[in-house]
Amino acid sequence: MGLLSFLTRSTSANLLRLPHGSFTMDREGRIIASTLPQSFPQDRAREIGRTFLSFFRSAQAANLPLLEVVVDYAALRLKARALRAGAIVFLTPQSHGSKARSC
Amino acid sequence: MSPRPKLLLLDDQPDDLTMYRKLLSRLPSQPEIYTATTGARALRLLESEPFSLLISDLRMPKMDGLQVLTIVKRRFAHLRTAVLTSVVDEQFRTRAYAIGVDLFLEKPATSQEIAFLLDCIEGLLDREEGGGFRGVQSKNLVDIIQLECLSRSSSTLRIVQGLAEGRIWIRDGDIIDAETGDLAAETAFRRILSWKSGNFEVLPADEARARTIQGSYQGLLLETAHALDEAQAREDPVADRAELPPEARGVRSPLGEIARMDGVEFVLAATAKDKQECKVWGVENPEQMVSWMRETLHRFRALGESLEAGQLNRIDSLGFEREMVLAERGGDALCVGFHKTLERETLRRNMKTILATWAS
Repeated sequence: MGLLSFLTRSTSANLLRLPHGSFTMDREGRIIASTLPQSFPQDRAREIGRTFLSFFRSAQAANLPLLEVVVDYAALRLKARALRAGAIVFLTPQSHGSKARSC
Repeated sequence: MSPRPKLLLLDDQPDDLTMYRKLLSRLPSQPEIYTATTGARALRLLESEPFSLLISDLRMPKMDGLQVLTIVKRRFAHLRTAVLTSVVDEQFRTRAYAIGVDLFLEKPATSQEIAFLLDCIEGLLDREEGGGFRGVQSKNLVDIIQLECLSRSSSTLRIVQGLAEGRIWIRDGDIIDAETGDLAAETAFRRILSWKSGNFEVLPADEARARTIQGSYQGLLLETAHALDEAQAREDPVADRAELPPEARGVRSPLGEIARMDGVEFVLAATAKDKQECKVWGVENPEQMVSWMRETLHRFRALGESLEAGQLNRIDSLGFEREMVLAERGGDALCVGFHKTLERETLRRNMKTILATWAS
């Protein structure tokens, strides 16, 4: 079995899990509150939040003021709500077992 | 004699690479096996010559397997890919399939698992290019269902066609339930069987699934075949066109079909081939809207790639005056606006139909 344990050994490098959780950002893109696990890098959360802030701003500029958006990826659902002073973002990983809710 | 397929193995552990090279050299197709210990090296090799298959580990320093596969799927869309990993985690399996890998395999721990691994890899190397459902060569969905039923299997078939996804539950060789979108039971089964191509995978049986389909699978397949033939022969019912806006009247294009749907306020459809070409209906400021649509889809596509979250399926947004849905397929973009007065359930149902119409 020494050969088989050799085949199945794991390496030390880490993969980033997509977390369940939410966070709130101010309008400058700073995270004010978060329920995301500490293992999830802050810069990733900021990247997500800023993408949504830019989205809400661009929609406003295009005369399409929006309150809420749900972005569906194959493995992740992001939902964001515009707030008076920023936005709140929810992250929900999707799996084969979870049924996607739409609209 | 056909040329030997070329196989590229990517793993950060050189010892593992040596072992897997030895294992895979036993395959009947006798592939030429190349190895790489980093994602960058693998990408250089893929650029230098055509390969039949890339097998990648997931856990690797610097660029992990999901990052490598995301890049590979973008640059070499037709290359077969497989993950071979010791990471036993449903999320990574889902994300790998979301990126578009053909197989997700755990590193083998027994001689039976090694044999299974070799069978799977040989199957991938054997697969023909072109139409049909990926996963079984030259078989359509009816064949696949018949195979499952005849072998008295219990399984769940997951079928994906474009943006649509369906599931068929089989227990001891009987079809017990089906589901796609809002449809269930026989209706869903008929809809799924109307799909001409796509991808499927066989998932483990769901013992807890309630039975909603009572008839035999032969009867069900026969009825479905009849219904599909009749539907094909019958001309589509024509809506009351007098009430339609001029752009939608008499139009048989997908955009016309979409514009006729209940509650649709506007439609924008842009193609990937020609950045200037865009079809619009009901939009007052099309240039601004198209620019916003493209920018939004680009922004969230980039975010999805950065997070390795798989394909961007759709974006639903709620505004003060309307609801909007954006979707993308092969670079083509679609944006549909709905009146806010439309009931949520109707909107949901209509959007499913719209996406299916557009995808097909």
